[in-house]
Amino acid sequence: METAIRIKDLNVFAGKTQILNDINVEIPKNEITVILGPSGCGKTTLLKCMNRLTDLYPELKVSGEILINDKNIFAPGADISKLRQSMGLLSQRPYPLPMTIYNNIAYALKLRGVRGRRKLHLLVMDYLKQANLYEEVRQRLREPASRLSIGQQQRLCLARGLAVNPDIILADEPTSALDPISSRFIDEKFQEIKPHFTIVVVTHVLRQARRIADNVIFMYMGEVVEQGPAKEFFENPREEKTKSYLEGMFN
Amino acid sequence: MYLLNRHQRHVVNYSWMLFSLLIIAFLPFMLFGGLYFKSFLLLKTHTLKDLVFSHSWHPSRGEFGFYPFIVGSVWVTLLAIFISTPICLLTAINVTQYAKKRFLRIMHPVIDILAGIPSVVYGVWGILVIVPFISRYLGPWFGVQTMGYSILAGAFVLSIMIIPFILNIMIEIFRAIPTELKEATLSLGTTKWQMVKHVLLRKALPGIIASVGFGLARAFGETMAVLMVVGNVIKVPHSVFDPGYTLPALIANNYGEVLSIPQYDSALMFAALILLAVSLFFNLLMHFFIARYNKY
Amino acid sequence: MKRTLKAEETFFRVLMNLTTAFILIILGIIIYSVFEKGMKAMSWEMLTSVPSGGYYYGKGGGILNAIVGSLVLAFGATILAFLIGLPVALYMNVFLVRRKRLVNLIRFILDLIWGVPSIVYGAFGFTLMVLVGLQTSLLAGIITVTLFILPIMIRSMDEILRTVPMGLSEATYSLGSNKSELAFKIFTRQSVSGIITAVLLSFGRAIGDAASVLFTAGYTDNLPNSLMEPVATLPLSIFFQLASPVPEVQARAYASALVLTVIILIVSLFSRGLGKRYHKTKINF
Repeated sequence: METAIRIKDLNVFAGKTQILNDINVEIPKNEITVILGPSGCGKTTLLKCMNRLTDLYPELKVSGEILINDKNIFAPGADISKLRQSMGLLSQRPYPLPMTIYNNIAYALKLRGVRGRRKLHLLVMDYLKQANLYEEVRQRLREPASRLSIGQQQRLCLARGLAVNPDIILADEPTSALDPISSRFIDEKFQEIKPHFTIVVVTHVLRQARRIADNVIFMYMGEVVEQGPAKEFFENPREEKTKSYLEGMFN
Repeated sequence: MYLLNRHQRHVVNYSWMLFSLLIIAFLPFMLFGGLYFKSFLLLKTHTLKDLVFSHSWHPSRGEFGFYPFIVGSVWVTLLAIFISTPICLLTAINVTQYAKKRFLRIMHPVIDILAGIPSVVYGVWGILVIVPFISRYLGPWFGVQTMGYSILAGAFVLSIMIIPFILNIMIEIFRAIPTELKEATLSLGTTKWQMVKHVLLRKALPGIIASVGFGLARAFGETMAVLMVVGNVIKVPHSVFDPGYTLPALIANNYGEVLSIPQYDSALMFAALILLAVSLFFNLLMHFFIARYNKY
Repeated sequence: MKRTLKAEETFFRVLMNLTTAFILIILGIIIYSVFEKGMKAMSWEMLTSVPSGGYYYGKGGGILNAIVGSLVLAFGATILAFLIGLPVALYMNVFLVRRKRLVNLIRFILDLIWGVPSIVYGAFGFTLMVLVGLQTSLLAGIITVTLFILPIMIRSMDEILRTVPMGLSEATYSLGSNKSELAFKIFTRQSVSGIITAVLLSFGRAIGDAASVLFTAGYTDNLPNSLMEPVATLPLSIFFQLASPVPEVQARAYASALVLTVIILIVSLFSRGLGKRYHKTKINF
């Protein structure tokens, strides 16, 4: 089993409060890893560390290492744009760019260096189809993306995330704002594309974790309590805290 | 202990509130009605087209051509907007996207003080600094001989006056853009500048347009500061170094003589009516623009 | 491609820093030039005496008439606007709290009249005066300025009262209070520092505006002694002194501008100190 992301001694402080405490995890390649935990446990922060979105919050102090392809992303001189391009992000609520539906995807493609109108057009269509959106929007590609429904927007964001041609997909509770049908589509999509991507999903919904996870990282109060293959985690948890969480003591 | 019982006090308070509310609700109509009523006398003998497009201003002969004043006002206002819009936009982006958070805390009192400085003090500053600057440096540099009291001086002073107003709105607009949108953009691999240029500016565009519109409305009616530096010559200006005259300045300068010449007071009230209409029009337009855009 | 982008960003960042610096420097220049010019002609006499005969040709005297006149006029207008404004703001946030559309309509009207230039209020006040046969006077000035600062006062209070939590209203009702008691006893107390800020903001506007009092308050060399007499104001006194061809009188105009600026700065300092927690960062469309 290959490791896609290796996190070593990661600590994050916001002022004096510690948000993440000595995180050491390994995320296997081409599998779905679920970061599970009650809200406020630092799982979203951990996710944002992986593509350095923590840079946006000047109050956060990050130390430690995150190795992707054996390169530390916090090393000075690291190409952050490239790093982020190697990861597609799907956030809690969809945030379409203030452009047309078509350009939302075309913009991502252009950033990755795709040139030529024909090539762009074909790829945009392709990604729309991959996100199961093509049939619904093909008549309105020039409309602002904000006019789509939330479920459609999230699928557009998925298409946009795939369009940067990433190796890794980071998803932060991607289905929490969606209707059941859109949610199921996203979950199934993850299963389908798993062979080609390393997928990291943050969630606090136990049911979703059971359904999609190959591996689980369980976090509580800024620390990793337990990590391992999903089967073992759900059937045979090692830690007391995990057991009580699985029994529903926290929620 | 109390003069009235509880219920009576409630009734008194309630009627007091309702009465106050009525004053406010009718104020715009009163303003409009009052000014229209007074300028009616002028509109009876002159057509609107004549008033707006005629050049000749001879109150004693009954000739009231507002064209020079309207042109003066439009020039000063547009020029001021052209100067302050880029300054405000760049500063707003700087303060909200690039500068440290602490800097915004410095910027807020600066904006407040700039907004609080009275119009007359801006005028004094214009006379002390801007007018000599134009007559001594800027004019000669362009090969123009000028007293300094000019359209340009009015526009300069006005542009500084509306900076706090426009900047404040723009800062709020950029602050209101959700961090998640920035995260979504950056995660596509954009640089910070690409994010600002392609996404934030586009997202903020309706707000930016509205802020400029509000600024325009405000600038058009500004009186004292412009009056003090613009030169007050009744002539259609041909260059920004020419002196000009604005509508508010017309009203302010001539209020003393209104009662000696027939229809004169009516003419000044007509000028006030134009100002009111322009202000209401632009504010209404921008409100509807925003309301419409917010639907998406 | 990457390099041109980088160059572009650098260029614009330099430009941004320049414009930001420009704004700070301009404020500095304004304050500096007003202080520098103003201090030269400043004297104890300026602040403590009224103009003597021939003042406007360079003879002795001061601007006490304008200082006192401005303060009296601004106080009067602020009090009057407070008496009308507070109930309106309370009514909007207590009685109409469920009628969102109506409240928004009122806010919309207020924002519209907030945008009306002060010279229009001046002209309107003048019309009103002629209509009721009033001379230029302190009273006419106060009424005009009141109209002018009303929207500012109400909207600033409104922004504060909006933030009073629903739970507080519910708790008050559950004690058996009626709506006007909730409004005048609870809402006002909960928002007291914000209300003070709104009042100070309006006071600053009232004292600094010239265009609205130009027609209505008139001008006099005497201290104000009656509501029906004309009254001098600082902005107008600056304006008139500047119009004089005599250099000494012009210099006094600068000193008067300094006095006005200092008053404004003190007022804004006060309101910052008092209203720090409630600083209004929201913008009204």
